[in-house]
Amino acid sequence: MTLPGRALTPIRWQLCDVAELIDETPTVKTILLDAPEWPGHRAGQHLDVRLTAEDGYQAQRSYSIASPPDDDGLAITVERLDDGEVSPYLAGELVVGDKLELRGPIGGYFVWEADQGGPLLLVGGGSGVVPLMSMLRHRAAVAPDVPARLLYSARSLDDVIYREELEGFDVTYTLTREQPAGWTGYARRVDGDMLRDVADLNAQGLAYVCGPTRFVEAVADALVGIGYAPERVRTERFGPTGG
Amino acid sequence: MDEQDLKLDGNAEAGLLREVFAVELTTARGRCDNCGAVAEVGAVTVYANAPGCVLRCPQCESVLMRIVKNGGRHWLDVRGITWLEIQA
Repeated sequence: MTLPGRALTPIRWQLCDVAELIDETPTVKTILLDAPEWPGHRAGQHLDVRLTAEDGYQAQRSYSIASPPDDDGLAITVERLDDGEVSPYLAGELVVGDKLELRGPIGGYFVWEADQGGPLLLVGGGSGVVPLMSMLRHRAAVAPDVPARLLYSARSLDDVIYREELEGFDVTYTLTREQPAGWTGYARRVDGDMLRDVADLNAQGLAYVCGPTRFVEAVADALVGIGYAPERVRTERFGPTGG
Repeated sequence: MDEQDLKLDGNAEAGLLREVFAVELTTARGRCDNCGAVAEVGAVTVYANAPGCVLRCPQCESVLMRIVKNGGRHWLDVRGITWLEIQA
């Protein structure tokens, strides 16, 4: 039997249709794709998108899958980086009905499946929340008894992706740049003290950390510093080449 | 932008690795031939800003693997890895 996302066949590009676009924040869009040849995926995996210019020039980027394996549709969430090569098109010019070339699912390291259990501590910086959202949605669908907590570092409340949907989850925010009037939550970068407050250190849990490289390394080091075993901390870094 | 900004991990090159290998390599474990550290490929350091892609040991920073793709070919240099343990 071949399991979704574990297929051992050569990885091929496929054309899919843009079915819907959702504005998440002023700079972030979710792109729902109609991908009839999609073989399924696991929560945390990503896919590659390839754009081809009229002169044949190609640019390719990897994006985390936002939708859980349990949904019929396939969705990615893309942050527009103004100096990026691919994201300004995906999160700016793309319209419903356009075709996109993609391949996937890709990756297997930064993946959570229900049989891995929990409790889960998910720590996301900026659009690093995207694969964590796939995990949260998957957990809600198949393993709602597994405790899961998201610590989400964003610049401001307006930069929070999936804000409405996250109201239904156990989320702690830290707003690092701008806080609304009367904000009583965290307003600094994630550190050991914050993780100690948020994490359940008594339980043998799993931590998933995704965000920019500096964020991921600071959080992963802090988690180990407060007693998380390194093998229980999974990380995924994204950088400027993600644009 | 400094070196730290260019540092990624093995997850970032999972697509490229799947072009070369028939299996998902980010969950494979490999041993650094220089220092002996063992890590999953998804967790190793990656610099993708060179003409090729360079995978380095997260412990000692030695080069584990280099992949260059050009003209419909891949060049693979894996001399920095003693062994790879791949899930069957």
